Amino acid sequence: MSIELVCPAGTPAALRAGVEAGAHAVYCGFRDETNARNFPGLNFSAQELREGVRFAHGHGARVLVAINTFARAGAFEPWAQALQNAEEAKADAVILADIAVLDYCATKHPNLRIHLSVQAAAATPEAIGFYADAFGVKRVVLPRVLSVEEIAALNKAIGIETEVFVFGGLCPMAEGRCALSSYATGRSPNMAGVCSPPEAVAYTEDRRGTAATLGGFTINRFQPSEQAGYPTLCKGRFVAGGKTSYLFEDPTSLNAAGLIASLKAAGVTALKIEGRQRGKGYVAEVVRMFRRVVDAVEAGKPPLEAERALQALVEGGRQTSGAYKKSWR
Amino acid sequence: MSKIGLTLGPVLFNWDADRLRAFYKGIAENSKFDRVHLGEVVCGKRMPFTDAVWMDAIGWLEDAGKEVVLSTLSLPASPRERKTVADFCRGDHLVEMNDVTALPARAGRPFVVGPPVNVYNERAARFMASRGAVAVCLPVELPLASMGLIARACPELEIEAFAFGRLPLALSSRCYHARLHGLHKDSCQFVCEKDPDGLGVDTIDGQHFLAVNGVQTLSQGVQAYCPTADEATAHGIRRLRLSPHTADMCAVSAIYRDLLDGAVAPDAARSKLSALNLPGALVDGYTRGVAGCAPVAAA
Repeated sequence: MSIELVCPAGTPAALRAGVEAGAHAVYCGFRDETNARNFPGLNFSAQELREGVRFAHGHGARVLVAINTFARAGAFEPWAQALQNAEEAKADAVILADIAVLDYCATKHPNLRIHLSVQAAAATPEAIGFYADAFGVKRVVLPRVLSVEEIAALNKAIGIETEVFVFGGLCPMAEGRCALSSYATGRSPNMAGVCSPPEAVAYTEDRRGTAATLGGFTINRFQPSEQAGYPTLCKGRFVAGGKTSYLFEDPTSLNAAGLIASLKAAGVTALKIEGRQRGKGYVAEVVRMFRRVVDAVEAGKPPLEAERALQALVEGGRQTSGAYKKSWR
Repeated sequence: MSKIGLTLGPVLFNWDADRLRAFYKGIAENSKFDRVHLGEVVCGKRMPFTDAVWMDAIGWLEDAGKEVVLSTLSLPASPRERKTVADFCRGDHLVEMNDVTALPARAGRPFVVGPPVNVYNERAARFMASRGAVAVCLPVELPLASMGLIARACPELEIEAFAFGRLPLALSSRCYHARLHGLHKDSCQFVCEKDPDGLGVDTIDGQHFLAVNGVQTLSQGVQAYCPTADEATAHGIRRLRLSPHTADMCAVSAIYRDLLDGAVAPDAARSKLSALNLPGALVDGYTRGVAGCAPVAAA
């Protein structure tokens, strides 16, 4: 069976674009705090999800629903409702992170297939085995902390499918275990489904250029001639030990298109493209190119041309294969 | 009303064996802690240098009547690191689980859930209790209101709040100390040992912001949640965790003991803490449900 291409759908239009461009599966979330891309203007209502699933199934594609934040204490209802809505929409799987949501889903929705979100940060055979045994998880989205060699070893040691990120934004931190955003702004991926939230962003200009700030902290400065980038906390320039540098991560994107054959050989089931905040045009383009790479790899052909086309799509042209190569560490 | 306990968290920084020995001797002899966590929780590469310390420290602390908890790695990866976690879990001491990796080896026997494990609500807390958890030090970003809800729903669990020290905020497989020094993680030369409270990270406009400690990122500000015993009890908090720094931790423990015993008011406690040699300004925003960097009320 072909390695599965899992594509982002921030909106119903992006879902249709991804499916038509050749995605084997798309993932999306509800328009509330239950998913980790809780940004204004994104996501699905229950009705939109039902229509999206019908459309995808009609084209032979699957729909995975991300319900991957951590439920607020004393307020479980939105998460319970999201699971109910996903099942009623006939979603092919739900992507969960919170032990509370996993436990509830396994008990109340035994027919829903569960994937473990990257937000659960399960990176060892013991952790993955626990989630498989306790909740019947069928697939784990691996944290972006593992090299290809480690993924190969892990696949030999576990009994469930693995999915890995291959393109788009890149968190240098173990996801689901990062409170940097809430330290600066009060809102974080785990607590609110957002990182570096837009309402905490400000751009202030002075004679030195533009400062991009988050919660009042300067994340980066730009010359008057430069375009000011979005102040994502871990992609900023900071001063430590007398040195100014992109201490945590350069403003770069993940592109592991060149590693797809290796990832397949390492036993990976599915490849995930990040970018639910992206428009349908971008999604269609990236999915089309990735599908060409996947098809070439499956046919044993070199996917060079499509890889080159993907490089052009990376913002600012800067890209990395991230933790898949050990030198990243 | 039972007395609010004082926990000394694990040392997060790369302290050498001599410093650790001197530190725990002092804690055994002169501190007000009733529970002390031992073990390397941040970086598996540091473990060979400190392994020999723990048996001695357990002896000193237990002889002084303190309960010892063995803390396990927060991001175990290599087979050796995973084996260490499993070995700790199979032992007789109470262990702290800082990653779900530890759960299968410990299930059914008592453990403490550490702050890097995501217990954000009463259902997750109840699940952990069903697997053997006896105490939970909740995630640092969780507000007091949520702590209270969890505590009321899970009376069998001892709820602990991270009350003092730089806040552990993030983990990575990338070592920022090595990256800053132009080194690779595999040949890091243990440069993190130069910064026994972590290395301060400022913004390019000079604002004090974060701190790095190998693969861990912390706040530069020092958490100083200073409740009275009544306030803590009202939120279901039965223990406060104080996280080790190079400042006089025996003095810190005495300030908190006096605070919880009603001998010192919160304002005075914060003033006394400020007078110690701390690596950052006092913050407590997370407890109030706002940005974690928010300063404490004027001391």
